[in-house]
Amino acid sequence: MLRVIRDLLKYDRRFRIAFIFLMAVAFMFILSFFSPYDPNEIFVVPMDAPPSPEYFFGTNSRGQDIFWWMTFAIRNSLLMGVITAVISRVIAIIVGLSAGYEGGWLDKFLMSINDSFIVLPLLPILILLGFLLRDIMNLFLLGVILGFFGWPYDARLIRSQVLSLRERLFTRTAVFSGTNSFSITMEEHLPFVLPIVFATTINNMLWAIGMEVTLSVLGLSDLTTPSIGTALFWANQHGALVAGVWWWIAAPTLVAIILFLGLYLFFTSINDYIDPRTRLRLVGG
Amino acid sequence: MSATDKLLDVQHVTVEFRIGGLVGGSLLVAVNDVSFSLDEDRPEIFTLAGESGSGKTTLSRLLLRDLEPTRGKVLFEGRDLATIRKRSEFKEFMKKVQPVFQNPFETFSPLRRVDAYLFDTALNFGMAPNHRAAAQVVEDALRNVGLSLEEVSKRYPHELSGGQTQRVSVARALISQPKLILADEPVSMVDASLRMEIVNLFRELRDEQKVSVIYITHDLATAYYISDRIGIMLRGFIVESGPVDDVLVRPFHPYTKLLKESVPEPAPKGRETWAKSITLGTTEVKEYGRVGCKFAGRCPQVMDICREVDPPDVQVERRMVKCYLYTEHAERLSPG
Amino acid sequence: MTLLHVENLCAYYQTELYGISRTVRAVDGVSFELFPNEIYGVAGESSCGKTTLIKVISGNVKPPLKVISGSVEFQFGSYGVDMLHISKEELRRNVRWKQISYVMQGSMSVLNPVRKIIKTFEDIVDTHDQITDKKKFLEQARDHVNRLGLPTEVLNCYPHQLSGGMRQRVAIALATVFEPSLIITDEPTTALDVVVQRGVLQMIKNIQAISRNTVLLVTHDMAVHANVADRVMIMYAGRIAEEAPTETIFNASLHPYTQHLIHSLPMIGERSDKAGLRGSPPNLANPPSGCRFHERCPFVMDICRTEIPEMVSVREQHRVACHLVKENTL
Repeated sequence: MLRVIRDLLKYDRRFRIAFIFLMAVAFMFILSFFSPYDPNEIFVVPMDAPPSPEYFFGTNSRGQDIFWWMTFAIRNSLLMGVITAVISRVIAIIVGLSAGYEGGWLDKFLMSINDSFIVLPLLPILILLGFLLRDIMNLFLLGVILGFFGWPYDARLIRSQVLSLRERLFTRTAVFSGTNSFSITMEEHLPFVLPIVFATTINNMLWAIGMEVTLSVLGLSDLTTPSIGTALFWANQHGALVAGVWWWIAAPTLVAIILFLGLYLFFTSINDYIDPRTRLRLVGG
Repeated sequence: MSATDKLLDVQHVTVEFRIGGLVGGSLLVAVNDVSFSLDEDRPEIFTLAGESGSGKTTLSRLLLRDLEPTRGKVLFEGRDLATIRKRSEFKEFMKKVQPVFQNPFETFSPLRRVDAYLFDTALNFGMAPNHRAAAQVVEDALRNVGLSLEEVSKRYPHELSGGQTQRVSVARALISQPKLILADEPVSMVDASLRMEIVNLFRELRDEQKVSVIYITHDLATAYYISDRIGIMLRGFIVESGPVDDVLVRPFHPYTKLLKESVPEPAPKGRETWAKSITLGTTEVKEYGRVGCKFAGRCPQVMDICREVDPPDVQVERRMVKCYLYTEHAERLSPG
Repeated sequence: MTLLHVENLCAYYQTELYGISRTVRAVDGVSFELFPNEIYGVAGESSCGKTTLIKVISGNVKPPLKVISGSVEFQFGSYGVDMLHISKEELRRNVRWKQISYVMQGSMSVLNPVRKIIKTFEDIVDTHDQITDKKKFLEQARDHVNRLGLPTEVLNCYPHQLSGGMRQRVAIALATVFEPSLIITDEPTTALDVVVQRGVLQMIKNIQAISRNTVLLVTHDMAVHANVADRVMIMYAGRIAEEAPTETIFNASLHPYTQHLIHSLPMIGERSDKAGLRGSPPNLANPPSGCRFHERCPFVMDICRTEIPEMVSVREQHRVACHLVKENTL
């Protein structure tokens, strides 16, 4: 693992940039545990102070230190992204693999559900759900909800991959080795599908974090929890731009850009590396 | 002879595919009224030879139960393959009938070690109770193909040559101690210097392991070298079948004659005859759709009747020929 | 008079990925000559370097393939071409199709799948824009196809409407439109059935006999060489093992590898035991020392493991690279 990171750092510029960005994100994530301020308390520092050595990202109109507040925001946004990704990956893998390999009525059944999810107008539904569940809404619940909506494209992708794998000769070899369909799926097909799973995991996280921002800006998430989205919501509420407190908007935007770029470059770089074809070329196949 | 004396009994099997759309599609008869059988107690190598589009691959899929015949029956040890429904029954069938595929580079997953397939086969078919005992079974199978577990253990397919991979493939097929191995073009993608080793392997299987082999190929030279009997396929029909020494040495059917003549001899002495010009077939679909003998369009000895009705199977000496040229040799009535 | 002179050619594939660099020595020190009016066969197993060799000869060198050393020089009549230093423009304008044409396995890459054959003919004419009167050219194209014994209707077909054998023959017809000095064919009949193979090879032979040009026939199938080629080169692991007229290769070969290739071929009507060769073709990223065949050679000697055998001329037109032969001739 360390060797892989070293190789990638040495030979892949995308990975180097991603590494720096993600280290910065990770650093802020960890710092949140050492924050001198509770993010829920207000008026603990002077209001509307511009960025300075003392207040790195400045302070906001609610008397909070934006830098320390953002450390919580990053932590919460990332955790929510991970919750969404994990839930939707599990669904996508199960649906994609079983529909692809078993085929027949199971495939038809699963894909009809899948396609229904694809054609659903997602944003209005999420707004409606956000409104209905506003009393119990928190970031965890939002992550779970997004997880249940975030799988269908990727399930289809995995299914199509498995469909072509099923026609490969080695699948027939496995069948005639007496291997049952569950093991064929896990041992023969999953290794080919994992790169897709990995690539889509990061995509999915980005999607979830972005969705949270959208919903938060609309005021439909748990506004008491710091997140990249709620940062923007509060800045908007206080008319930050009109008041000239541009750093209140700039800080979450900057953090979001670093997070998104970092994750994206990380994903493309790793994706190349774990591509089975690259693996084969590396070992000289 | 009762049906139970047969290891494999293919009875008047026909496979039809509908090609084209729902409306206006046409029917393609990939395998047409094919019958042959292998005896239970006398292991042999039976070759199905033919060119691309002759139906030999469809027939092999049929024998592996990948496909069901439109008409006719395939009996294995007296049991109709169409009646195999439960997974346990299919597993029992696979234990006795094993395939060896054409492309050694595709037979095993590039992301899995090849020995994993050998252990899977040993454990899944109950040839060994645990992994340790399976190692012995695997070792024995590999020895039969001239390899050892040490050579292939922990190796990925690309770390082995095509010849080695193909031998591993044969070893895998041997693990469940099958009665029949179906080898579909097993050497066509193996390098020349390694090819004969694989071909010889099938002879050894027959002589030492008492396994019957159905060898599917377009290569008449290796077919002659290893097989006992041969069936020549043309556009879904078996047009001539019998012992290789009869069929390939003195072919009767004009198509078999043409095929044999066209095989380039690996010696410069036959250059002149080989260079004699020949008529090539028109497109594939045209010959499939032809009424009567499928070879009539190219046959140098064609008669009027050949273009009208399918020729009957005629028994001449030890062989069967599907050709009107030989109808007077036997008192069989033409069908219809 | 020679058509092509290849001298000490080394062409390697060099790749680097995540710091692991690999050099595959696909063609390593190959020298040979082609003469006008002959069919020259190149035989060898997969990854023996024969495909790389024709890539270099036809001026198709792209990374990761790199020519390390050597020369490839053509002499088309009075027009000389240094293939390793020719400009792309000159290659396209004066050499491809006009002097050298290329027929490969499957041939689908030459025929545009969405255009009728006649349109592909036209495209080729256009890229070489040496014919102003298109109508007249199409007439000529029709004549050309006719002369090769193909029905003229094929010109109005799409490639997928033709059988594999017909497609291959059309590809050959296209390759010979400009009556090139050299036709390179790479496994032209490998995917075809024997009867069709015979037809296609007959066509190649006829064209050669009529236009008296040179055909470079690359195939692993020794039986094809026996029936078609005038001279044959046997390649093994990136080097030439033996080169001789076809008769000599089949009746008096001296290299143990050639002998094995020929004796292992089965024949109808003859059932003596044919043995395979032990071992496997070597990995060209890490080729064996000395003679590259020594690990598999039944007559291996100590010198074979350490020293690369030199190419020795045993008689007119017969060259062998084997220590065994060198010992006997000295």
